[in-house]
Amino acid sequence: MISVRSLSKRHGDRAVLVGVTAEVARGETIAIVGPSGGGKSTLLRCLNYLEGFDGGEVEIAGVTLVPGMATAGPVLRRLRARVGMVFQQLNLFPHLTAIDNITLGPRVVRRASHDVALAKARELLAQVGLADRAGAYPHELSGGQQQRIAIARALAQEPEVMLFDEPTSALDPEMRDDVIDVMRGLARNGMTMLVVTHEMQFAHDIASRVWVIDRGTIAEDGPPAQVVDQPRTAVAREFFSRLRRPPP
Amino acid sequence: MTRRMVLVIAMLVGLVGCSDSSPDHAGTLAAIRQRGEITWGGDVQGGEPYVYEDPDQPSRIIGFEVDIMDAVARRLGVRARMIQCAWSNLMPSLERGDFDIIANGLEATSERREQLLLSAPYFVYAETLTVRTDSDARSVFDLAGKQVATLNQTYAHDILRMLYGDAVKLYEGNEEPYTDLALGRVDAVLLDNIIADRYGCTPSHPTLKCLPYDVARGSYVIGVRKADPELKQAIDGALAAMRSDGELERILRKAALWDARQVEPPPAEGQAIRPRSVDGEMVLQFFAAAWVTLELSALAFLLAVPVGIALAVARLYGSAPVRHAARLYIELFRGTPVLLQLFVLYYGVASLVNLGPVEAAVLGLGLNYGAYEAEVYRGALLAIPRGQSEAARALGLGPAQTLWHVLLPQGLRLALPPMTNDLVSLLKDSSLVSVITVIELTKRMTIAAVDLRGWLLPGLLCAALYLALSFPLSEIARRLERRLVRDQRPLAL
Repeated sequence: MISVRSLSKRHGDRAVLVGVTAEVARGETIAIVGPSGGGKSTLLRCLNYLEGFDGGEVEIAGVTLVPGMATAGPVLRRLRARVGMVFQQLNLFPHLTAIDNITLGPRVVRRASHDVALAKARELLAQVGLADRAGAYPHELSGGQQQRIAIARALAQEPEVMLFDEPTSALDPEMRDDVIDVMRGLARNGMTMLVVTHEMQFAHDIASRVWVIDRGTIAEDGPPAQVVDQPRTAVAREFFSRLRRPPP
Repeated sequence: MTRRMVLVIAMLVGLVGCSDSSPDHAGTLAAIRQRGEITWGGDVQGGEPYVYEDPDQPSRIIGFEVDIMDAVARRLGVRARMIQCAWSNLMPSLERGDFDIIANGLEATSERREQLLLSAPYFVYAETLTVRTDSDARSVFDLAGKQVATLNQTYAHDILRMLYGDAVKLYEGNEEPYTDLALGRVDAVLLDNIIADRYGCTPSHPTLKCLPYDVARGSYVIGVRKADPELKQAIDGALAAMRSDGELERILRKAALWDARQVEPPPAEGQAIRPRSVDGEMVLQFFAAAWVTLELSALAFLLAVPVGIALAVARLYGSAPVRHAARLYIELFRGTPVLLQLFVLYYGVASLVNLGPVEAAVLGLGLNYGAYEAEVYRGALLAIPRGQSEAARALGLGPAQTLWHVLLPQGLRLALPPMTNDLVSLLKDSSLVSVITVIELTKRMTIAAVDLRGWLLPGLLCAALYLALSFPLSEIARRLERRLVRDQRPLAL
């Protein structure tokens, strides 16, 4: 489903991604962890071409991405119709109700009829447990509710791959479980997912594979039982030990 | 609201004057002799030959009235100094004591005599009718249904108003009525022969002709405060001496103004219209003018909003040449006076595009305010969090779709408070269009102020109507804001 080959990217003199190479099969759920500044979010954003890159190639959901592509055009339209994304900062459209946030993509991009888009949106609202908040505006919703609407919004485009960029980091702890439950359901139903996260619970219990990214490359890649419980590299050991330390 | 009203009143009361010297009516003649100087009010906008800047040395004011006043002063044993004052404010400024006398094409009329002491005439003029050479009009009575024009607040205006009521088109400058006559925007111009000879029937207007007979004659006199009869007497003495020893003739000949009219028996005093009182008709005229103001402002703003959006988008997202063009437009329209832009639109390009005054006003104000709106929208678009456009792009929206469905709706909400500001400001700036002959609220006020011989009542009526227009606009904007901007809580401090 996703094939990343020698992906590299620089910000001026600083190498952000250094020859990242990886494969993801359909239905896998990848937890991407690692110290901040290591390039996790950049990798994710390159997969959606929200950021360009300087070298290498990405094949994702049947679309091939290479350096220097136009930031708008048919290739990116195809890409984004097949790859959904959820952001740390929620990014709901504040001028639209929950249901209008969800139907905007189908109506505008896929030219779905109003009724079809609405029916699909109601289904998705139910799926994320917010069937009763269809008419609410984002500022009337809690952070956790907003993030679930954002997931529903991305799903409305019927993507083959979902990218999550720290979806729970901006949320209060008590809100996170609702969001993680939704993501768990997605993983179970066979959605291909890449999730940048600091949630150990997610990496350990839900992910089928864990990538530890450090200094622009995948330092460790394997099933959670191996990467989380018996990390081989120093950076992974250090990272997980710090996460495991109980709160003071 | 109260503060604004107080401001308006303060402006009306204060700004009609032309200097801040305090009035000292007691023994003005004695004071003049003691000072060694007589001050007289005039307006260089009246232009050649009255009072104007010397083309060879623009800091010097010359004109036949300067010569006459220098001669009068010499005969009083003092110097003369002109004080610049807008012509329509000469009378109130004299009353305030900004200068000692008025000497600037002041026509002797019976109603002026009620307010001022008028000297003996120093010049006899004729109201002259100018038409296009192909016109078959022979007199002012042949102009029913035609568009007649003259300068605001002149005796010619009084005559035309007696004949044709309010259908008369009013100008502020000498050149513009004849330009519009040549362009076919008006059908006849009635003005003093001095103006008609110098601005109308000249080689630069080959299609215009001045009809040979005098529609009316009148005389220019010097205006003196009612409290200064001894000053009027002294001036009359000086004028009589100038007439008998030929100095007046020399001065008028020098300005090519001497004609047979000057030695014929002086004309009867102009029969002017009685001062009006505030009646139902005047109130209706104010309402009609307020409607013009509202209509102009609304249409201009409806033009300014899309122009502003297009410019803001061009500045933010256009290619380099488009960005620069938008920037140039904004700087050009923001950096030059809207008054000038209106002049250019109405008179400057008249030979290419013959816009009507209302069209030119809407276009001028709309294009000008578009430049301001552009910067408001640019700021608003920049204030939208980056994540919004990323989320839209991640959903697959193209650039235009992102702009239309996500950024512009949010930007317009952010822009609402400054837009309301601009709309209210436009409402008042629309008064500038009176320079291109549109009679809107402020113009109506100045006309009424002349008719009523006072500023206070028309000023208050005008202020009340502006408020009555702007308050509902801000109220509509406030409601719109409340409806559109869902989360109006201010950030906690």
